Amino acid sequence: MTQKYDVIVIGGGVIGSAIARELSRYKLKTAVLEKELDVCTETSGRNSAVLHAGFNNKPGSLMAKFCVEGNAGFEKAARELDVPFKRTGKVVVGFDTEDLAGLKALKDQGDRNGCPGLELIDRTRLDELAPHIAGEFAMFSPMTGILNSFIYTIALAENAHRNGVNYFFDHKVTGIDHTNNSYTVRTPHGLFRTRWVINCAGLYSDIIAGMLGNTDYTIYPCRGEYFILDRKLEPFLPMPAYPVPNARAGGLGIHLTPTVDGTILIGPSAEYIEQKDDYSSTCPVMDLLIEDGARIFPYAKASSIIRSYTGIRPKLVSKNKGGYADFVIEERDTFPQAINLIGIESPGLTGSLPIARYVVEMIGRKEDLKVNPDFDPYRQGILCFKEQTRDMQRSLVHSNPDYGEIICRCETVTRAEILAAIHNPLGAATLSGIKIRSRAMMGRCQGGYCQTRIAELLMQEKNLEPQEVLYLRKDSRMFTGRVRDL
Amino acid sequence: MTSGQKTLDQHTVSDEIIRCDVIIIGGGPAGLAAAIELKRLGVADILILEREKEPGGILRQCIHDGFGLQRFHESLSGPEYAARFIDQAKELGIECLTDTSVLEITPDKKVITASRQGLTTYQARAVVLAMGCRERTREAICIPGSRLAGVYTAGVAQAYINLKNIMIGQTAVILGSGDIGLIMARRLTLEGAQVKAVFELQPHANGLPRNIAQCLNDFGIPLLLSHTVTRIHGKNRLEGVTVSQVDENLRPITGTQEYYACDTLIISVGLIPENELSEMAGVTLDPRTNGPLVDEHCQTTVKGIFAAGNVLIVHDLVDFVSLEAERLAAAVAVYLENDGVPAVDDRANDTSDKSRPATDCPLNAPAANCISIEPDRSIGFTVPQYVSGRKDFLLSMRVRNPHKNCTVVLQQGSTVIAETSLRKAIPAEMIQIPVRSADLVSREKITVVLKYE
Repeated sequence: MTQKYDVIVIGGGVIGSAIARELSRYKLKTAVLEKELDVCTETSGRNSAVLHAGFNNKPGSLMAKFCVEGNAGFEKAARELDVPFKRTGKVVVGFDTEDLAGLKALKDQGDRNGCPGLELIDRTRLDELAPHIAGEFAMFSPMTGILNSFIYTIALAENAHRNGVNYFFDHKVTGIDHTNNSYTVRTPHGLFRTRWVINCAGLYSDIIAGMLGNTDYTIYPCRGEYFILDRKLEPFLPMPAYPVPNARAGGLGIHLTPTVDGTILIGPSAEYIEQKDDYSSTCPVMDLLIEDGARIFPYAKASSIIRSYTGIRPKLVSKNKGGYADFVIEERDTFPQAINLIGIESPGLTGSLPIARYVVEMIGRKEDLKVNPDFDPYRQGILCFKEQTRDMQRSLVHSNPDYGEIICRCETVTRAEILAAIHNPLGAATLSGIKIRSRAMMGRCQGGYCQTRIAELLMQEKNLEPQEVLYLRKDSRMFTGRVRDL
Repeated sequence: MTSGQKTLDQHTVSDEIIRCDVIIIGGGPAGLAAAIELKRLGVADILILEREKEPGGILRQCIHDGFGLQRFHESLSGPEYAARFIDQAKELGIECLTDTSVLEITPDKKVITASRQGLTTYQARAVVLAMGCRERTREAICIPGSRLAGVYTAGVAQAYINLKNIMIGQTAVILGSGDIGLIMARRLTLEGAQVKAVFELQPHANGLPRNIAQCLNDFGIPLLLSHTVTRIHGKNRLEGVTVSQVDENLRPITGTQEYYACDTLIISVGLIPENELSEMAGVTLDPRTNGPLVDEHCQTTVKGIFAAGNVLIVHDLVDFVSLEAERLAAAVAVYLENDGVPAVDDRANDTSDKSRPATDCPLNAPAANCISIEPDRSIGFTVPQYVSGRKDFLLSMRVRNPHKNCTVVLQQGSTVIAETSLRKAIPAEMIQIPVRSADLVSREKITVVLKYE
């Protein structure tokens, strides 16, 4: 069976979801094809979740432009999409004269990019801003903020979905045929005919580009490992703290980032790897993270680790070259109406909305886009019981007793929130999907108390057998069956 | 047992705050035993708060036998052991609210709960912390590899199999020789899974000898000491683990790696007292036990807040949990009568420095009129950590490493005040030494020294 669309977006990461939402402002029939079972399963959900200010990128680059644009006024997007966001500010700390020179250069670059408010500060000022962060001096960036990259991507996707975009999970693109004025996108579950193809495949964007006749680019996967530290340390890290970046490294250096949920991230390392889906943590890096992290934030200790995770940067530069290559966003005459977005690594999360507008403008230059009068920019997230006042909590339980049932003890997540996560608008139904939507199982016991209950609820609500319960991906079977047949 | 909100007519209500003499947080073995003993001592107004739909705590999922050997001289299953206390509590008319989670305890002993019936605020005169403990996870010990399906802590695996009728895998290896891990080795085997081996990082087993005999040896499951899992293989569901031998510093030895194909890894690497609520109440924790600092009455650094069972210190046997909770009851009863346990009521309140992370907090030195107890390096900790010196007490401790023919010596200065010789001391077995206040020679600190060859 062939389904017909105006636009097929390949990839349900933050870029694909932002573009899908932007497209839903117009009368276009749009679908997102995602090979995994949920959105933000790869790079978009595995990063530092920082809204960058834009001083790390070369002046004149798309990276710098989109980063600065995406940073300005993120409050509006956060409000529309009902997503957590804090403009915390950030410090890049230095210890010696070489660092000082690096910070001056960084500030100069940021000023040229139009990042507001950058200033070099001394220890006294650092003591006022963040007394527990080490460093002799620092650059302070007031515009930097933190968000939840899962919730942000989910919100974009849910809002796109609400405005008419179809999401197809477990739809890996296996080939694309170009005939006359249309493309046929092949997946194991059917064909999709479309006028436009937008390649937002992240780590696999080079492969999809190859299907669209563009073999000029290679994605080099560069892995970064993180630790998540216990929320007890939250009061001591009011804002992200970074070292002065090394221009040749694959990333910005191992830094400390508070999360909007109250935990702390240390990472990421930068290691070029062979496989694009090798999310392993490794022994030497795990040792290094705490050591490096403690240089900037002495309270970082191995005893505070509650979890590790890894992400993979889709880099356009090889290990030998190092550093960053600019985002590639292009449409070629040989394959008209196919837009490739390649090498969208950091600051892709920050730049997602301007990138989406840029792509839709590219489409608008080719055809007349009609405004969708029913477009609703607002999306409502799952209400977080824990963050409400006691009075509000009282009335929530009164109106819906499911709020009175605490399922996840560490993060105080109620049955009502878990049910909302299970019945999410996108229809994603894995344990991980519940976790990233509700924060359940993210705390210090890592599901020791609540995972059995949540798995049971998921089975109940979705009518699943134990062997059908998945952790994250297709083959991630949690269970082998029942102990005794019913 | 009732669910949700405490019936208002049974208690004095003012400003929608329900007053209660004693609130016990947790209806597991510690909470139940404390409640029963309190009732027997004449304390009438007791309320147990339990988050599960039934009391019994972790015993509900421990369907194996071996509980109660000390106390009842019978080998009971976990639910049977719990039932003896639950039945007694019912007979005595002790109120236990199930399906009720505690959101907050304040230092002045207000307890806020949530249930399907609503939020309720209680004002207790005394609080007994009996929340038990949780398991250390794979994450806490940082095993390299992907995060995937098929890695379970032993207690979670036990809950799936025994409470939820869910089978977790077919071929398993177990990391850690803690008791729950050993029990799960047998349980998985009985349910048809193949358990290839149990690996223990330390050169000695962490579980009780009887569990090693009955759960591993009887089923031909090998226990490999000085081994650990150094790599998790697979991307979605576990496919295998690499296991390495470790040297005397517990670091993996290169060249000793061996691959074990398996779809399940059970982690049994220790338990951590669950003290999030205690910390909210301002209770100072001992970084060595992860439980509250207490005196001989099991009173924490916050006056009127007591702790017993695994929330205080992880015990080897539930029988000891029950005993500890019962001993605590006497002190709580006196506290209620006198509004402050006499021996230590003049101790300084919590003086921990709130500007530092709690994980790094210094030992909250008790006031000068208390006698602190300091173990040497071969003993990990003691409970209590300080005493009034005016009352006999039982001192609990564990050795860090196994020893044969050793002696635990308690001294004040150079004077030996108590001495116990042991033919065998292992970390898995708690050592308890009774100390008579009459034997104390001064207000000086008590040092606890392990003497061995």
